[in-house]
Amino acid sequence: MDPISTSRRNFLGLVGGGALAAGLAACGSSGPKSTPGSTAGAGGAGSGATYWFLTGQPQQAIREAQVKRFNDANPDTKLKTTEFQNDAFKAKIKTAIGAGQGPTLIWGWGGGGLKAYVEAGQVEDLTDWLNKEQAELKNSIFPSAFTAATANGKIYAVPGETVTPIVLFYDKRAFEKIGAEPPQSWGDIMDLVPKFNDKGIAPFSLGGQSRWTNMMWLEFLFDRIGGSEVFQNIFDGKKDGWSDPSALKALDEMQKLIKANGFVKGFSSITADSNADQALLFTGKAAMMLHGAWTYGNMKSSGGDFVTGGHLGYMNFPPVDGGKGDPSDTVGNPGQYMSISSKATDAEKATAKKFIANNTLDDATVEAWVKSGSIPVVKSAKDKLSSITDKNDSAWLNFVYDTAANAKNFAQSWDQALSPTQAETLLDNIAKLFQLSISPQQFATNMNAVIGQ
Amino acid sequence: MVLPALVLFIVFGVVPLVGVLVLSFTQWDGLGAIHNAGLSNWRSVLSDSQLPHSILVTFEIMILSWLVQTPMSLLLGTFLAGRQRYRAFLAVLYFIPLLLSSAAIAITYKALLDPNFGLGPGLHLGFLTQDWLGRSNLALGVVIFIVSWQFIPFHSLIYQGGVRQIPTTMYEAASIDGAGRMRQFFSITVPQLKYTIITSSTLMVVGSLTFFDLIFVLTAGGPGDATRVLALDMYKRGFMSNQMGPASVIAALIVLLGLALALLLRRLGGSTTASQQEGA
Repeated sequence: MDPISTSRRNFLGLVGGGALAAGLAACGSSGPKSTPGSTAGAGGAGSGATYWFLTGQPQQAIREAQVKRFNDANPDTKLKTTEFQNDAFKAKIKTAIGAGQGPTLIWGWGGGGLKAYVEAGQVEDLTDWLNKEQAELKNSIFPSAFTAATANGKIYAVPGETVTPIVLFYDKRAFEKIGAEPPQSWGDIMDLVPKFNDKGIAPFSLGGQSRWTNMMWLEFLFDRIGGSEVFQNIFDGKKDGWSDPSALKALDEMQKLIKANGFVKGFSSITADSNADQALLFTGKAAMMLHGAWTYGNMKSSGGDFVTGGHLGYMNFPPVDGGKGDPSDTVGNPGQYMSISSKATDAEKATAKKFIANNTLDDATVEAWVKSGSIPVVKSAKDKLSSITDKNDSAWLNFVYDTAANAKNFAQSWDQALSPTQAETLLDNIAKLFQLSISPQQFATNMNAVIGQ
Repeated sequence: MVLPALVLFIVFGVVPLVGVLVLSFTQWDGLGAIHNAGLSNWRSVLSDSQLPHSILVTFEIMILSWLVQTPMSLLLGTFLAGRQRYRAFLAVLYFIPLLLSSAAIAITYKALLDPNFGLGPGLHLGFLTQDWLGRSNLALGVVIFIVSWQFIPFHSLIYQGGVRQIPTTMYEAASIDGAGRMRQFFSITVPQLKYTIITSSTLMVVGSLTFFDLIFVLTAGGPGDATRVLALDMYKRGFMSNQMGPASVIAALIVLLGLALALLLRRLGGSTTASQQEGA
């Protein structure tokens, strides 16, 4: 399976394990086979670097343009791409890497998923490369983006693409209807709930079947009530970290909001994938929504005049009275990440590094991200914002930039930060917590059982 | 002559089965090395409170959907066995759900049942505007309904074939003896269909052990874990939590349950396979 140990493979072949050797040889090559137009390089140093990424606009077009620019500039070492739909990608990439058939460039969300690759020895250590050769690239990226790229003190991935904090969106028209101001504190939120319900407007939209949508609420409540160290302790594997008094209080506040009918009726059968949760907000059926910054683009294109008419409002999650958390803290995706497979040949690795260095955060890419309504993970994004002429887009992008840049602590989404085992248990228990079928205490007990796994 | 079939069965049936059994005694995250774990997976899965719940949900869906499907299929099959033209036409219509993929069915129903944008709110029908997939009991009922809707056509087809096999002489004799339609149905059709019922029930029961796609797309096991059947539990442990060992334990349990149920149903059918039909 290790393509460098050619001698062992040949030896096996000579010994007569023909079929076995063929099998091993097949494992050695990486990625899908179809390679039209590419000639195998001499001496086994193939020009076969591969890159798998996600479909879905506007991101897909930007990724395709990056590869095209690279391939035009490097006709001898072209990058071969395969595109996947989100869920298909998640299922396929893990199996493919485990079977030694993964791509050279491994795209992902960093955190716990990346750590699993690191522990299995599947990804290259990029610390030296980033600190020496690519110090300039490294310094151009938001420092907060590197936390989720780091495991055991070493950097295994390069942050790329966009920074997407979770934001509290609201419909200004709904607030006009009840004659109230957007909430400045958790207490305000609880006071607003009955007012909206009286007018037949759901206080909050929520795609509860997706589960990670519910998780965003806990991420903020934990932070605002107990500060960022509550989850940091859990992340570090501290025993009984979920039973922290602040954690229990946050879980309790969460259930109070659910019991007060804070969320739209039937939220646990709404999925975020269908964007029905966003539709509830822009059709005026719900007044507020806690969601990722990535939803802005769809609300603008699908929501009629909701965004263009200036009805969409947004803010960082408000503080909780008496809470310890810094109100500038935010959570979400500090970036997306690219790692390099340790099983690739040296030539493939070189191609992949060249692509990362020259084409993933180049000027053209940064401009394309900004135009699409997102903030790329580089500090220079701010300079591009002045070129945005659309008044709504400009205000939005400045808000996202400031939220990300001014956050004292930018926490990664829990399900990405934790190991897959913990993440699945977490999502499961969050669904039950929102169903009110378990108490905060039971939630903490269930979660404590998998801490550190 | 049996060689190709044997090779296929061994490669795609026996080898994976043995693989799963071996994996159930190991610890593996699907990425790194495989470690021997002895009996620890079996111990942890068998003592996990999720397992009895998943088994209960699986059996609830199995039994309730059998109770819905069998009488409906039997009646429809008998009805469609008639040679009238309009019945042949109806048979084609009834057959349509079977032509659709489970994923497509699940997505369609999900859209229709949406409490905010679905059929109920769209047509302003209050009774249809329920939180269908968001409440535990309702979600289970919806799953059973859709499963039945999807598979009744298939089982009707089996019964239709079975009914047509029954010699018409039996019905003629019964008419001469003065038996009415109801009497004929219960005294001739149902007893003659004994083996057809067993075949169809075996397919339903063993099939419902492996229900996955429909539930996965429709509710993803939710709300909470209200519709998390064994197959879904296996998938979640294996491919979401990266715990192949415990997932393999559940896979092995599904195989054992399926075998036991199939054998039990064969037993219920009696050991003799002699036909009661003349000349057979």
